[in-house]
Amino acid sequence: MSEKNTMQERNMTQVSARQKIVHGASRTLTYAFLIAMAVIVLFPFYWMLISSVKSLDEYRLNVPTFWPRQLLLSNYVDAFNTASLGRLFYNTMLVGVVSTILSLIITVLSAFAFARLEFKGRDTMFGLLLATMMIPGELFTITNYSTVTQLGWMNTYTVLIVPFLVSVFYIFLLRQNFMQIPNELYLAAKVDGTSDWKYLWKIMVPLALPTLISITILKMMGAWNSYIWPRLVANDEAHRMITNGLRNAFTDTTGDVNYPVQMAAVALVSAPLFLVFVFLRKYIMAGVSRSGIKG
Amino acid sequence: MVDSKQKWKAWLYLSPAIVLLLVFTVWPIFNTVRMAFLENYSGLKAAAGMQFNFGIGNFLKVIEYKRFVQCLKNTVLLCVLTVPISTLLALLIAVALNSIKFLQKGLQTIFFLPYVTNSIAIGMVFAAMFNIVGSFYGTENELIVTAGIINNVIEFFGGEHINWINYGSTYEANMFVMVVYIVWNALPFKILVLLGGLQSINKQYYDAAKVDGTPRRRVFTHITVPLLSPMLAYVIITGFIGGFKEYTSIVGIFGENMGPPNDAGRLNTMVGFIYDALETNSQGRASAAALILFAIILAVTMINNQVSKKRIHY
Repeated sequence: MSEKNTMQERNMTQVSARQKIVHGASRTLTYAFLIAMAVIVLFPFYWMLISSVKSLDEYRLNVPTFWPRQLLLSNYVDAFNTASLGRLFYNTMLVGVVSTILSLIITVLSAFAFARLEFKGRDTMFGLLLATMMIPGELFTITNYSTVTQLGWMNTYTVLIVPFLVSVFYIFLLRQNFMQIPNELYLAAKVDGTSDWKYLWKIMVPLALPTLISITILKMMGAWNSYIWPRLVANDEAHRMITNGLRNAFTDTTGDVNYPVQMAAVALVSAPLFLVFVFLRKYIMAGVSRSGIKG
Repeated sequence: MVDSKQKWKAWLYLSPAIVLLLVFTVWPIFNTVRMAFLENYSGLKAAAGMQFNFGIGNFLKVIEYKRFVQCLKNTVLLCVLTVPISTLLALLIAVALNSIKFLQKGLQTIFFLPYVTNSIAIGMVFAAMFNIVGSFYGTENELIVTAGIINNVIEFFGGEHINWINYGSTYEANMFVMVVYIVWNALPFKILVLLGGLQSINKQYYDAAKVDGTPRRRVFTHITVPLLSPMLAYVIITGFIGGFKEYTSIVGIFGENMGPPNDAGRLNTMVGFIYDALETNSQGRASAAALILFAIILAVTMINNQVSKKRIHY
């Protein structure tokens, strides 16, 4: 209170001048903090890129160079060949694209049933589905591992695609979106004699396109980053996916490692995700903020 | 008539999802519980026609396992260290971002970048950064390998280089590297959610505080944090759940070895324990460990909910 009184006693220009200084100082501090944090966040990416074009001798210098003396792009060729990245890219793209398409179809159909169609036990069933999201995936994996072995799916593309086609989270996301579409639209379509099927694909799906794009990206990112399941069930040359391939090709992380080549491989594996991010930033961030799950 | 037709149709729309869920979600829940309570259950032995006794032997075995205790300790330690650090840092960054206009979008994008990465791939970059000068295997004829940039920086400022992750490194040093990497990885999601929350806070509260001449720190603790509490609770819960499932970030830095070359498995986690048990065909033990993990996650979520009920202001 006393501080307030003294403030009032001062003349206005003095107060505003002091405020300006305080304001300016805190603004500078804010920017300094943010830029320092941004540098820390970006540094690993910078170090990956810079190391990936150095020669091994330059990388081993006691005083590191922060800008490469020569651009050794042959590291990328070496990395591509060492890890046979071509095959890995192909496998990952195939699994990603096929599972995304199938998953989208299943998600659209289920979300539509839960959002628009009336049937007994609908809300109970949806509640039970949501409850399964609490259970850690490892609990399912143990049994699924036996199941796919018995089905004879080991080391096939099927085993990488089918078990994860249904995502309760995606159904939940799309259902919320479908429910925002006004009911009048549905009733009007009914009066006009439009079938449910036609209404779903001609009206609801286009209206929910942003959510569908978010789901597509999350699913593709999931395929790109999946590691544990593929390692368990499809770790052969023909079906290996990108993350496993990278880890298998460069087993040593410490000691006398040819880091420039390793960093080139990491850069190649990271690049597609970055490209997708650059073009679809809005959809990724919208999808992620609602998920809380990586991939 | 329309009603019964709709009912039939609804199930048709749901059928692909239901079939897959029954096989890959519902059946595993029952089967995993069943295997957990069949003593020493193994898929291979079951296929050979062996019978198993019902009991809690798997749980006892898991808990008695020294390796399991180590895994539990690592997991809990990583959670307890990384969740508060990353939440606090994310909160500070989000508040700072929210208070500026110039460069806001660009900085926001930069802070989101670690999210769109492969945690194994970038783990390899962190491993390169924390590598040391010295020998790989600790033998007499020391092979001088490259210094990692982190140690270069420490030496530049006159410090002694530290053996972070190599042969003979200490547990504390390993943990430090893991905490740095996991926090770096966890920031983007938390910043995104918290910034979203901040931007939806009604400006009137801040205007009222300004009129009253409330100091900035009080505005932060008495307006921003309470109004942001639902978002804070959300990032803390998801942070703990993710933390208890930590696994791939360790594989990224230490490889499948899950520890420095001289001490494999030192940094193994709960999830790692489950997969190790699965790979040795001890499904009973793996199931028991998975149920313990589930119980922990459930308990943490419930405690969080209880605390939130008292603390959250909507």
